[in-house]
Amino acid sequence: MMQYTRRKLVQKVMFSFSVASAFIGISVLFLILGYVIYKGVWGINIDFFTKLPTPVGVAGGGMVNALIGSFYLVGLASLFSIPIGILIGVYLSEFGRGPFASAVRFISESLTGIPSIVMGIFAYSVVVIPMGRFSALAGTFALSLLMLPIIVKSTEELLKMVPNDLREASLALGIPRRKTIIRIVLSTAKSGIITGIMLAIARVGGEAAPLLFTAFGNSYINWRPDQPIASLPVQLYVYAISPYEDWHQKAWAVALVLMGIVLITNIVARLYARKK
Amino acid sequence: MQERNRESEVRSQKSKETKIITDGLNAWFGRNQALKNINMSVKQNEVTAIIGPSGCGKSTFVRCLNRLHEEIIGARCEGRVIFDGKNIYDPDVDPVLIRRRIGMVFQKPNPFPAMTVYENVVAGLILEGRMKRSELDKAVEKYLMLAALWDEVKDKLYQSGASLSGGQQQRLCIARALAVEPEVILFDEPTSALDPISTAKIEELIQDLKKEYTIVIVTHNMQQAARVSGYTGFFLLGELIEFDRTNKIFTNPSNKLTEDYITGRFG
Amino acid sequence: MNKDTLFKWLTALLAFIILLLGIGILVKLLISSRLSFDVFGFKFIFSREWDPVQRLFGALPFIWGTFVSATLALIIALPISIGIAIFLSELAPIWMRQPVSFIIELLAAIPSVIYGLWGLFVLAPVMQQWVEPLLGKYLGFLPFFKGYPLGVGMLTGGIIIAIMIIPTISSISREVLSAVPQHQKEAALSIGMTRWEAIWRVMLPYGRSGIAGAIILGYGRALGETMAITMVIGNTPSISVSLFDPAYTIASVIANEFTEATDELYISSLIELGLILFFITFTLNVIARFMLWRMKRFEEVR
Repeated sequence: MMQYTRRKLVQKVMFSFSVASAFIGISVLFLILGYVIYKGVWGINIDFFTKLPTPVGVAGGGMVNALIGSFYLVGLASLFSIPIGILIGVYLSEFGRGPFASAVRFISESLTGIPSIVMGIFAYSVVVIPMGRFSALAGTFALSLLMLPIIVKSTEELLKMVPNDLREASLALGIPRRKTIIRIVLSTAKSGIITGIMLAIARVGGEAAPLLFTAFGNSYINWRPDQPIASLPVQLYVYAISPYEDWHQKAWAVALVLMGIVLITNIVARLYARKK
Repeated sequence: MQERNRESEVRSQKSKETKIITDGLNAWFGRNQALKNINMSVKQNEVTAIIGPSGCGKSTFVRCLNRLHEEIIGARCEGRVIFDGKNIYDPDVDPVLIRRRIGMVFQKPNPFPAMTVYENVVAGLILEGRMKRSELDKAVEKYLMLAALWDEVKDKLYQSGASLSGGQQQRLCIARALAVEPEVILFDEPTSALDPISTAKIEELIQDLKKEYTIVIVTHNMQQAARVSGYTGFFLLGELIEFDRTNKIFTNPSNKLTEDYITGRFG
Repeated sequence: MNKDTLFKWLTALLAFIILLLGIGILVKLLISSRLSFDVFGFKFIFSREWDPVQRLFGALPFIWGTFVSATLALIIALPISIGIAIFLSELAPIWMRQPVSFIIELLAAIPSVIYGLWGLFVLAPVMQQWVEPLLGKYLGFLPFFKGYPLGVGMLTGGIIIAIMIIPTISSISREVLSAVPQHQKEAALSIGMTRWEAIWRVMLPYGRSGIAGAIILGYGRALGETMAITMVIGNTPSISVSLFDPAYTIASVIANEFTEATDELYISSLIELGLILFFITFTLNVIARFMLWRMKRFEEVR
């Protein structure tokens, strides 16, 4: 009986710890969210979205260069990696048997686990070095490398969930295979694929590591792919580790905007997926 | 064998006491009522069979007897289950302690795959603190013998419990249940996933076990109920239609529904 | 060739790109780190020297910092993650499970730089003023908690990474626990186990290869984490037992010094560090995927 009292006590302690863990997880999230909002909200105004950054010590200014830069980089990376990623996903799910497909699947899965900074090095050596300078193109390339395997994986998984009856029914009607895949299979899985894409965008939109020595940074607005370009995560990093109090204040505002964009994309994507 | 069984039956007739009484037992899954006002009793050292078509609540009934029903999300029950004079649903009763006295063997053999055969047998024993290795060895041999499995697995004690055949796994589960020395063992369709030879072994084992244990067996197989049990309860749509001595149920049932069922007119 | 075949070959061709990329990354890293390898050989891995002025480069402090920070993060994150997984799959009322897991998973969505910012300006001062002095006072007899509390250093880095890998480990572990068949739990309860014993002795061991996969995946993520750790670990290439001391990780040194490195040997050495990181995380990923795959197969067999 003594033993049993001890066993019940162990259960109580462990379950309390389990509840406390969940509590810790939730509170850390709200602690970070709350603090970023509290510190960042003062820096958010119209100027933030319309003006260029000012030099150290000069009040005012904004982050329009980084804002445009981030959208530019992520937009361009999406342009490459979404269609390619979906088609590779189609290949793996619809035709992917045999050693070649297994190899592709294996490499793709492994790429998702490679640290983003390593992708940055790769982009540096294949784009920056030959071009001779940091550029938006190099940044785009690095982000595409990160997005591609995520999209491939989510597309493949979602297409595999489409019931086979649907494919067979369509093929039986005499609709060619490629049209079956595009019109029936892909459109059935459409909402899931969109969710996957949005999650991938949210993920790379917050990445700074692969951009540090590819897109680099720029104090001005840049639209040219062969020139360095600013981005919110890199700007945030540079401001945060600078010695200037002024810049630290601005870093929180950047953090709030970046966090807002990334979290809202993420939440919308997941709510959208759940609704379906 | 036959002779001995009869003898022990005669002996147990005299000392036959009621081990479990259910009193107005109702059970639900969410809003679906699975059991309606069940009043039944289980005699000590006797095999009580529960028969009925699938979905009639017979599994739910035995799962209420060791408070396992409530472990399913959304499931609950009401009423009293009196076990040795004490209602196991009283608020001061700990279900963990009840389950140590009322063991269970399930429909699908479910040894713990992460444990060896040896560890499976002693899984319930070692909870109450450290035992000497020699004691454990003895217990393993004893309960595997009791479950008629020792000869088949004595060289495989350190293999995974999941590596045995289906019939052996089920007997391993019986050994595991026996090892905590319960007073009652509930069998929930223990042979429905097994081949005829394994089924025969387990039925034989149940006959042996009733000398020391009180047994309740759920079965969808009427021949099985007739072969192994002394009492039978017939369930239909969550209600206990008839409960009586097995030979009475199978030769001269008082309820028309029971008669229809045992003569194969439905189910 | 008909259009269907053409379509198939088009997708196959694109799939080939992935293969090329995977091989390309490895080959490119190998080529670019060639110079460093030629100069230092295997001594690179074991040398403690990191002196760009003298053109001496050794990876040991970074390898040390990477493994120690990731291991520390895992030690902190693992019990909490398993605790969360148990809460979500066994303890929480049904209505609470989805929203709570949604919130926990949001932790994974916060960008690394924001963790770094928060770590640098919120966590590090708290560590310096409260946590580290207290640890030093009561556990200072241990070598891990000796020294001057700086706030930025190994311990703060480990905690930040721990927060970042909690959602990875907890969400996979939760799935693993939910996939344990009900009959296993019931078998455990039926021999008189408490609910905790059923979880600890039966359900977690049942899903052990899945949990191991989750842990390795989380560990791989911790090893490759860059921005947050760069901002709080102190960026000093030294090897110290004390967790209060600043350190440096492979990813951090690449992030910090890559753009400053003008010398070819310097860049080559940084890329060789990247190659080492690539190998480590790649291997861990393969192992983790294998574990998760094995569990899935195991499930199908049952």
